[in-house]
Amino acid sequence: MLEIAFKGSKKYWLWIVLLLAVIGAGAIAYVDQFLNGLMITGMSRDVSWGFYIANFTFLVGVAAGGVMVVIPYYLHDYERFHRITILGEFLAVACLIMCLLFIVVDLGQPTRMLNVLLYPTPHSMLFYDMIVLNGYLFLNIVVGWKVLEAERNQVEPVWWTKPLVLVSIPFAIGIHTVTAYLYCGLPGRGFWLTAILAPRFLASAFAAGPAFLIILCYIIRKFTKFDPGWEAMQTLSKIVCYAIIANLFFFACECFVVYYSGIPSHLAHTQYLLFGLHGHNMMVPWMWSSLGLMGLGAIFLLIPKLRNNHALLPVTCAMIFFGAWIDKALGMIAGGFVPSPLHHVTEYAPTLQEGIIALGVYGAGLFVLTILYKLATTVKEEVRG
Amino acid sequence: MMIKSRRSFLKVAGIAAIGMGAAPVMNLAASESHGNAGPEITKNEESLHAKRWGMVIDTSKLTEEVAEAVNKACHKAHNVPDFTITPDPEKYPHARTIRDGQEIKWIWPEHFHYAFPDKEDEFLAEKFHDLPFLVTCNHCKNAPCVQACPTQATFKREDGIVIMDYHRCIGCRFCMAACPYGSRNFNFMDPRPFIEETAPGFPTRTKGVVEKCNLCAERLAKGEQPHCVEASEGAIVVGDLEDPESKIRHLLAEHYTIRRKQSLGTEPSVYYIV
Repeated sequence: MLEIAFKGSKKYWLWIVLLLAVIGAGAIAYVDQFLNGLMITGMSRDVSWGFYIANFTFLVGVAAGGVMVVIPYYLHDYERFHRITILGEFLAVACLIMCLLFIVVDLGQPTRMLNVLLYPTPHSMLFYDMIVLNGYLFLNIVVGWKVLEAERNQVEPVWWTKPLVLVSIPFAIGIHTVTAYLYCGLPGRGFWLTAILAPRFLASAFAAGPAFLIILCYIIRKFTKFDPGWEAMQTLSKIVCYAIIANLFFFACECFVVYYSGIPSHLAHTQYLLFGLHGHNMMVPWMWSSLGLMGLGAIFLLIPKLRNNHALLPVTCAMIFFGAWIDKALGMIAGGFVPSPLHHVTEYAPTLQEGIIALGVYGAGLFVLTILYKLATTVKEEVRG
Repeated sequence: MMIKSRRSFLKVAGIAAIGMGAAPVMNLAASESHGNAGPEITKNEESLHAKRWGMVIDTSKLTEEVAEAVNKACHKAHNVPDFTITPDPEKYPHARTIRDGQEIKWIWPEHFHYAFPDKEDEFLAEKFHDLPFLVTCNHCKNAPCVQACPTQATFKREDGIVIMDYHRCIGCRFCMAACPYGSRNFNFMDPRPFIEETAPGFPTRTKGVVEKCNLCAERLAKGEQPHCVEASEGAIVVGDLEDPESKIRHLLAEHYTIRRKQSLGTEPSVYYIV
């Protein structure tokens, strides 16, 4: 099936070359980091995780969001999602590969990463994160590939794909729950120390994942002969709508608790994000933009006339996707680490080199996504044609 | 097995003082009568032991000079880099300069409201305002860093010291996020160009690993007091928290002491007499 990826239009090859160039630039920047250490990043003693882990956290969410097409189709026989389940599964694969890459580029000693397997440590949440992330990646590759292959051969998928799909559903919830547990089980970090963190992660994931999927559907419609179906996209947009409202609601709950209780070690972080702390307010415009984008996006999706507008829907989805990215990637890291445990205010901004490395990881993810989507859409064109 | 034995080595170092004391360390020939082929480990008679090591800092004896002396003594002996110096251009022609905030500190002075942010008080006694509260790793009884570490590179010894295996650390920095005291450091770059004079008694570290105070486990093993204790002019006392007759238990019985962020349940082993 992979041979399909080697036949494409001029535009396809141009895109592939562009992605390879981005990956190459990221790789060159990474070699320097590998040789000289994480000193090239904007991270510090006080903000010890940065742009890499931020993007990792966000992309775990996009990966988990794929389950929002799997559940309706496999558990509720929602036929309209038949054509796009593969897109959800392959999106999860690409995102998980980016997640793993972001973890690797964040390690101080990447050559020692297998120590996590050599000395398995069940009291560390990273141990479980490793299991669920790799498990979910494996499940999606196997299921996606097998189902697509069956479709190409116009036979029923082999029987064991179904139980694997069912297993992948708790795994999807699991990857984001465990990723939230990395943060919310730490005693000294008031911003993360909240039981609603995992639900909030899931809510934003189920908004950002399907929102990105809708945008991908538009791209697929533009560049291939395969039509994911407007009705499927409409249902997806309703899922995004519910999820983004849940995310905003959870954030409102957080704000109520920290501001009404007024406990300084919890309040200081939210205060820093929304209004700045001791004159440090780098995150303030970002956070309000994020809330604005997510809030406006929710309104656009709530009103049927706006939701059904072909031209507006991708814009709405981009707003929600970007808003959720600021909220969960930038806000989660900056909010958690600022102020520091000693209540020093050390702000963080990624360096250019850090950004190029991150871009390289995104390039690698998009490369994988392009190949997988090329396979999926070509097979579906073949079968239909 | 090779890797495992290196780890057990670190674990027993405190109680056994392998290769450091004058006493014989390993008796490889001891196996005959027992029929056991493994090497036998004997204790260094002079090494200091405790059921649970703890520290008491008498803040009335802290001055800026004492705080600086403690900081210098510790950092010098443990090869903690000083990023304010200029590396030797002949030895390290390509050494880069580090960014602000990427420095390494094992024990250092902080103002009261940073050392004890949960005890902030607008009517705080005058004398505390400029007092250099020395802060370091608390060697918590319930250490969040030990819980977080995915490779057990950070682990707790039987005597309560929270210590690290620098060769196992993968540099994920989960422990830094977990520590509620900001006591952990990451080597953002190779520290060696910034060590003015390498102390032979302690290993230097490589880039990409975390490090922190080890309560001078290497010195306790030789029967010596930690560097901070020696440099503190009586302000710092280290001893056995579980021994009711120990000096630090007497100090705790006689004085009112506070610990950092007690409410978190980490059970810090560093006490402050105020």
